Amino acid sequence: MIFEAIISPEFLNATLRATTPILFAALASAVASKSGITNMALEGIMLFSALFGVIFSAAFQSAWMGLLVTMIIGGFIGFFLAFFVLRLKTDEILAAIAINLIANGATILILLAVSGDRGVSSSIQSLQIPRIPIPVIENIPFLGRVISNQNILTYVSLIMVVVVHMFLYKTPLGLRIRAVGENKDAAESVGISSKKVKYISLIISGVLASIGGFFLSGGYLTYFTTGMSAGRGFIALAAASMGGNTPIGAFLVSILFGAAQAFANILQLGSWPYELIQMLPYFATLLGLGIYSYIRMKKRQRLTGK
Amino acid sequence: MNSNTKFNVLRTVLSVGIALLISFGIIFLTSKEPVNAIVQLLTGPLQSQRRFGNVIEAMIPLIFTGVGVSIMFAANEINLAGEGAFHLGGLVATYVALNTTLPSGISPLVCILAAGFFGAMVTTVPAVLKIKTESDVLVSSLMMNYLILYFANYVLSNFLRDPNAGAVVSFAVPQATQLNTIFTGTRIHIGLFIALAVAVFGYIFMFKTRIGYELRLTGENRSFARYSGINVIKITLISQLLGGFIFGIGGGVELLGMYNRFTWTSLLGYGWDAIIITTLAKKNPLYVPFAAFFLAYLRTGASIMARSTDVVTEIVTITQGIIILLVVAEQFLSKYKHKMIAKEAKATLTNETEGE
Repeated sequence: MIFEAIISPEFLNATLRATTPILFAALASAVASKSGITNMALEGIMLFSALFGVIFSAAFQSAWMGLLVTMIIGGFIGFFLAFFVLRLKTDEILAAIAINLIANGATILILLAVSGDRGVSSSIQSLQIPRIPIPVIENIPFLGRVISNQNILTYVSLIMVVVVHMFLYKTPLGLRIRAVGENKDAAESVGISSKKVKYISLIISGVLASIGGFFLSGGYLTYFTTGMSAGRGFIALAAASMGGNTPIGAFLVSILFGAAQAFANILQLGSWPYELIQMLPYFATLLGLGIYSYIRMKKRQRLTGK
Repeated sequence: MNSNTKFNVLRTVLSVGIALLISFGIIFLTSKEPVNAIVQLLTGPLQSQRRFGNVIEAMIPLIFTGVGVSIMFAANEINLAGEGAFHLGGLVATYVALNTTLPSGISPLVCILAAGFFGAMVTTVPAVLKIKTESDVLVSSLMMNYLILYFANYVLSNFLRDPNAGAVVSFAVPQATQLNTIFTGTRIHIGLFIALAVAVFGYIFMFKTRIGYELRLTGENRSFARYSGINVIKITLISQLLGGFIFGIGGGVELLGMYNRFTWTSLLGYGWDAIIITTLAKKNPLYVPFAAFFLAYLRTGASIMARSTDVVTEIVTITQGIIILLVVAEQFLSKYKHKMIAKEAKATLTNETEGE
């Protein structure tokens, strides 16, 4: 019965849906990491974005305008992190932890101030990005039910994997970002301003993460709840790290997390110990991270001849 | 006190002041009775013995986590698995308490030591993984926390759950294993003494022992430490083991002192609280109780404020965040620091010339 559930199109459909927010954040993490900064503030950015998405989509009565404003705010938080790290020389991890703490408190405070709601945005009439059927594909037997009728943002996230890949590996700015991340001094010596590049990549990172956060309350669910990012920012950090901080790698590991979450949701209904299934992606990440890092270490040792 | 220390103290105090001012500003913007709210926040905990007791109760777990993370971070490892170690500590203490029958004097001790042992295991996994594979401690330690959370949920609902209780909670821990209250009228328990002892021990370990010295050296300059003949791998492992152990006993003490059942079904955030405490205490375990007292006071004040006015307790997490940002921002007030050092140097020079 469980096996049938896994190969059902509904399960794969749910997997893609659960993957979406993690994937956006994992891409965000990959871009920041490529420039040499660990963006642990993803968690806070997602939480802020989930709230602002609800507030602004209701304010403009347009989900797309809500998304646009949320993306701008996300970019601003990325800039804020960059300012503290690059200008004020704050430790990037501690600055991110501070932003996450502020997000925890501020979202509750802002929700209360804007709507009078405590915990759940029940009195805000927010709008969601719709699901759409895809013409030809929806008629293909199995595949249609998996791929078609997903949220538009789910399709966007998949497209973004390609876009971010092209951006990092095929554009001059992408090359600069990677150069700064690989060797800051070497990049500086050929006239690249490493600070400027890091500012740009953290802003991009903030924008990407904010789309993932927006999806939580404007697609995945239809309302905001306290702490609804629920560690997805950290999961994304791990997904990107285990995926070698490449967009494609981040995508593959994100799917793993999405599948585990969809699987746990199915098992929750039966008498299975779904907590153990919930442990799986974290365990797999630890293992995968270890193996990936080990291979990288060996390769480096071989190259340096040690 | 040299000018550097003086500057650090000044900057910390100023950062806390600014953070509080910003919070007051937010209260003024959002509340209908801002003055009353601020008065409650600042003086609430002093209004009754029970309330002040709440401050001390809240301070106890914060001391453990602050000392634990100070020791782990001293090795310059951003190991955030303390959260998981604390959580598992609470679970193990409950498990041992429910599954053993020991004399009442020994029982809590065994539970707490077991909690510490498992806590040490949690923080050591990311450290060992880094030593063996050079994988990122930050990421693996975050994963450990979730692994522990779901594992604890599994053990709770399958082995410890009391079916007669309404919520998902464990069976009650026997009275003999719970930590005794030491002041009547409050819930302050003997864990307070354990916490203070841990802080003193942490200070002695870090600043008065050879290993502690090697640890601080390793944290400040790993290559230099290695070339000085220090076994940096051993030192790092010891610090992560010890830090996790302290987090673990913290979880055990908190559970046996403040709860009578294991009720933790989500992460409690003690790992994050530890960050602000070690930031304020400058990684010195001796200052940790003061930082913990400050945070506990602020929290208790905030919850009193939330009960009697329209401001929510979460304002404190914003204050916490701003404090971390400002204290850690090296360039914050750096011009002033520069001036202070220049002034001191001039003064020294003048003194020397006068002396000649």
